[in-house]
Amino acid sequence: MESVGDRHLATIRFERGDAEVLADPAWQPGDLIVEHEPVPGEGYPGYALVRRYAGPPYPGPSTEVARLPRPRLRALQQRAKALAVTRAYFAEQDFLEVETPLLVRSPGLEIHLDAVPAGGGFLITSPEYQMKRLLAGGLERIFQICKCFRGNEHGPHHSGEFTMIEWYRAGASLDAIIADTEQLVARVVRELTGTTQIPVSGEGRVWETFTCDVAPPWLRMTVREAMQRWAGVDVHGAEPAAELVAKCRAAGIPVDDHAAWDDAFFAAFLARVEPQIAQLDRALILHDWPAPLAALARRTPGDPHTALRFEAYVGGLELANAFDELVDPAEQRVRFEDDQRIRRERGRAVYPIDDKLIAALAEGLPPSAGIALGFDRLVMLATGAASIDQVLTFSESEL
Amino acid sequence: MYDTSDIRKGLKVLMDGNPYNVIEFQFVKPGKGAAFTRTKFKNLLTGAVVERNIRSGEKLEPANVDQRDMQFLYKEAGDLVFMDQTNYEQVTVSADLIGDAVDLMKDNLPVTVLFFNERPVDVSLPTFVFLEITASEPGVKGDTSGNVQKPATVETGATVNVPLFIRVGDTIKIDTRTCEYVERVNKQ
Repeated sequence: MESVGDRHLATIRFERGDAEVLADPAWQPGDLIVEHEPVPGEGYPGYALVRRYAGPPYPGPSTEVARLPRPRLRALQQRAKALAVTRAYFAEQDFLEVETPLLVRSPGLEIHLDAVPAGGGFLITSPEYQMKRLLAGGLERIFQICKCFRGNEHGPHHSGEFTMIEWYRAGASLDAIIADTEQLVARVVRELTGTTQIPVSGEGRVWETFTCDVAPPWLRMTVREAMQRWAGVDVHGAEPAAELVAKCRAAGIPVDDHAAWDDAFFAAFLARVEPQIAQLDRALILHDWPAPLAALARRTPGDPHTALRFEAYVGGLELANAFDELVDPAEQRVRFEDDQRIRRERGRAVYPIDDKLIAALAEGLPPSAGIALGFDRLVMLATGAASIDQVLTFSESEL
Repeated sequence: MYDTSDIRKGLKVLMDGNPYNVIEFQFVKPGKGAAFTRTKFKNLLTGAVVERNIRSGEKLEPANVDQRDMQFLYKEAGDLVFMDQTNYEQVTVSADLIGDAVDLMKDNLPVTVLFFNERPVDVSLPTFVFLEITASEPGVKGDTSGNVQKPATVETGATVNVPLFIRVGDTIKIDTRTCEYVERVNKQ
């Protein structure tokens, strides 16, 4: 028996999977293997590897010895490290870390999101309303790492409960947010993997040795360019839904007769554009979204048909969404009312408008840019996980 | 009715009057777009596979289908009679549903019968059956090169092409999907 801390563990006994254990640079001679209940689906029936953490140092307990299956332990370590790297980045950039409530009276009104009811209110789908109130209150650089909740979202890239990194810069433009995104992602990936080249794999991708580089600067393309180039659809942003449906059909993309504008757009985007983005060997900033998809972004000055919004894609995975924030309280109220009307028409729950947010905008929100980045997806990219379940501490199916 | 959160492999749904089985599905949700479930369905009657995007909020109708493990009893004209061993209920199925493999069916063969609206619509045989050779010409000695085969009759009366070394009394493994010889097996 060997004693580690106050626990007694069986002596090293390399059994199954020796070669793999020894070839894995994260595991070294001296690692412990303890007898373990067989775990269905795990690689080492009857044994689990446990050891002191041997990667680069990170804050917090680093000598924890856990009696956990190896993939879960790895996921926990990678998450902890990615969190530490993220906090270090924002500390260097002089950001204030904030914690806004998860339980709110008025969740996001976004048309395609369902909030989870709780305690007479709702769990947040994103912390943006409260964070904007902090901006209006005079804070200039704030970031938050928190759980968000979305009803009816379960899939390889979706979990009903997930972790978001959200940050804002007052008085800054989207360029500053793009720079943050590039540096943060590159740094996290480098710290976790030693390189900025992410192996791309997963369903529907046929190549095997393909990598996507997250080193700055990333590729940039407007939505209009991407749709023109890959879908053969010229999206102007001002055309009525019927006209966009006709354009999609002319390009050979099947769309329902009475499809809404956004449904026609995403039919073309998902069928033609996303598969092409997934083949890029560098990360992509897809910017200048058509006005009907503006969400909470400001219109582009001089072009009322597009909005100052971007999405970041890495290896085909949508990682983040950013706005040059809408700061006009009157327009904000109109957009909220539109969202409520559309939700009502489509038979979805209609949430109350957050009057406190409107009031904060009226008090004066400085020109600001902000972004929400999916933390679990970032860890997926850095660990090569094919499913979000592999990087969650416990997936929904394990609860 | 099912909604998109009920979609899982093996779910039986009714679309355009046909029963379908879900064989693959994936949740898709663009950042600011509507969520849907990209789903592959297999038609339980024809085997044809179709892909459809089921939008969140859309409903799917359950198909009244039932898979029952049954046992082959006997042939009767162009029909086959099966029995459910749990309740001894017997059903008669047209031999056309099975195709050529019908000639490989021995009494007591376990099968799965698919019922759609209480009617048997499909019969799945085990992938392999084991049958004894009852008649075959002896192979010519020395002629063992290449893939030379000869016809042989098995206990059910079907004729199967077998390698030359197969003799009367051997038991062979036959693939019911192709009705072809797979290998000789040792007698148990």
